[in-house]
Amino acid sequence: MSDPTRGWYDCRVGIVSPGFQGRPRSAELALPPGQYLTEDFPVLSAGPTPKVPLDTWEFVLSTEGGAEFRWSWNELMGLPLDTPTVDIHCVTRWSKLGTSWQGVSLDTLLEGIDTAARYALVHSYGGYTTNLPLDDLRGGRAWLAHTYDGGPLPAEHGGPARLLVPHLYFWKSAKWVRGIRLLVDDKPGFWETAGYHDYGDPWREQRYQGD
Amino acid sequence: MAAPTTGGRVSTPLRWRVARLVERRVETPTAQTLVLEVPGWPGHLAGQHVDVRLTAPDGYQAARSYSLAGLAEGDRIALTVQRVPDGEVSPYLIDVYAEGDPVEVRGPVGGWFVWRTEETAPVLLVAGGSGVVPLMTMVRARREAGSRVPFRLIYSVRTPADVFYAEELRRRARDDQGLDVSYVYTREAPEGWRGEPHRVGLADVNTHGWPADLEPLCYVCGPTGFVETVADLLVGLGHQTRRVKTERFGPTG
Repeated sequence: MSDPTRGWYDCRVGIVSPGFQGRPRSAELALPPGQYLTEDFPVLSAGPTPKVPLDTWEFVLSTEGGAEFRWSWNELMGLPLDTPTVDIHCVTRWSKLGTSWQGVSLDTLLEGIDTAARYALVHSYGGYTTNLPLDDLRGGRAWLAHTYDGGPLPAEHGGPARLLVPHLYFWKSAKWVRGIRLLVDDKPGFWETAGYHDYGDPWREQRYQGD
Repeated sequence: MAAPTTGGRVSTPLRWRVARLVERRVETPTAQTLVLEVPGWPGHLAGQHVDVRLTAPDGYQAARSYSLAGLAEGDRIALTVQRVPDGEVSPYLIDVYAEGDPVEVRGPVGGWFVWRTEETAPVLLVAGGSGVVPLMTMVRARREAGSRVPFRLIYSVRTPADVFYAEELRRRARDDQGLDVSYVYTREAPEGWRGEPHRVGLADVNTHGWPADLEPLCYVCGPTGFVETVADLLVGLGHQTRRVKTERFGPTG
């Protein structure tokens, strides 16, 4: 160590890295802790991008009792359209503000479905899965989104349709969504079994297991 | 190497640890490898990453994720940082951060894009630019473990001057038995290179990869467009999607 006096511990702020100033503070006010703002739309996925033709695309909701509810692409297009503008937060620390989407509210899809399930396991074309409490899909907080920024959702961003649950870290917004299983017991999904948090609230910075 | 804490479901929180710079190596004009001393580092797997957090005197913090470059040597870990123009963290780490200075790190993180030394399948590594960092860790881990699994690395760079770990790669391509290294140059090829600069394509992956029927494990890391292209080519060549693991580098400032 060249100079042991460089760097110090300040009991108010913790370890200080000498010479680090950071960006002007005002730009970061609307962001959850540990996030930074991006104007791009970075892509993060664990494998190749599935290509799903619209004529065979379907979305299946299944209940804990085994009942199944299916929608074809045309049927999905016939449902009432929402146009949410939301902030999104990726666990890799970028946040993007004011993104505009079109899609169908999960409230619409869940309407009239008789279930006592408390959890949902979302599954995708390509095999990806993610879990969340069923309540987080209700109350106008979750959509099946098929349009981004005025155009069809590109495949690398999850098209034809992805889940959009912007109040949780973005890995919960499963790309290439194929269906949702409603479950009595929680069952961890892909990243949740690989060290990431079960719930993933960005405002409580629930990135990894145990946070 | 101590037992890594990720890869299974763990309930103990990953905590922030103080890390101090002990060594800095210049890789290219815009990238450096930083060796950090992290007391109590638990060890990690090839391919995992770490969060790095900086704190300003007024308490403001910024954090970014970086791939771990190489396995730990005791309490020492290494990161290779590419400077992002207008970035907040990488210019600090490259220009300001001095030997002995503290930052905080948290990890290791990531239980999917990893190669375990007990794997027996042939491995194809395809790197775009700074995406070589976690793949180089796999190359190093293979050698350290004495693994005889055949490895092929396809490394796409803009120009010869952009190659990370150039000298080490030359040496390993010569000395590490069962390791093949090939390059794709997108802007400018070295003197005497056969062929024109080009973006990675079917011929590169077909010639320098493995046939799909060997069922290799494929790891692809780089910018989004690069990863999309290569992963699509691999699937088109018959590789099972489950055996193609990808990690995409967006700009990480």
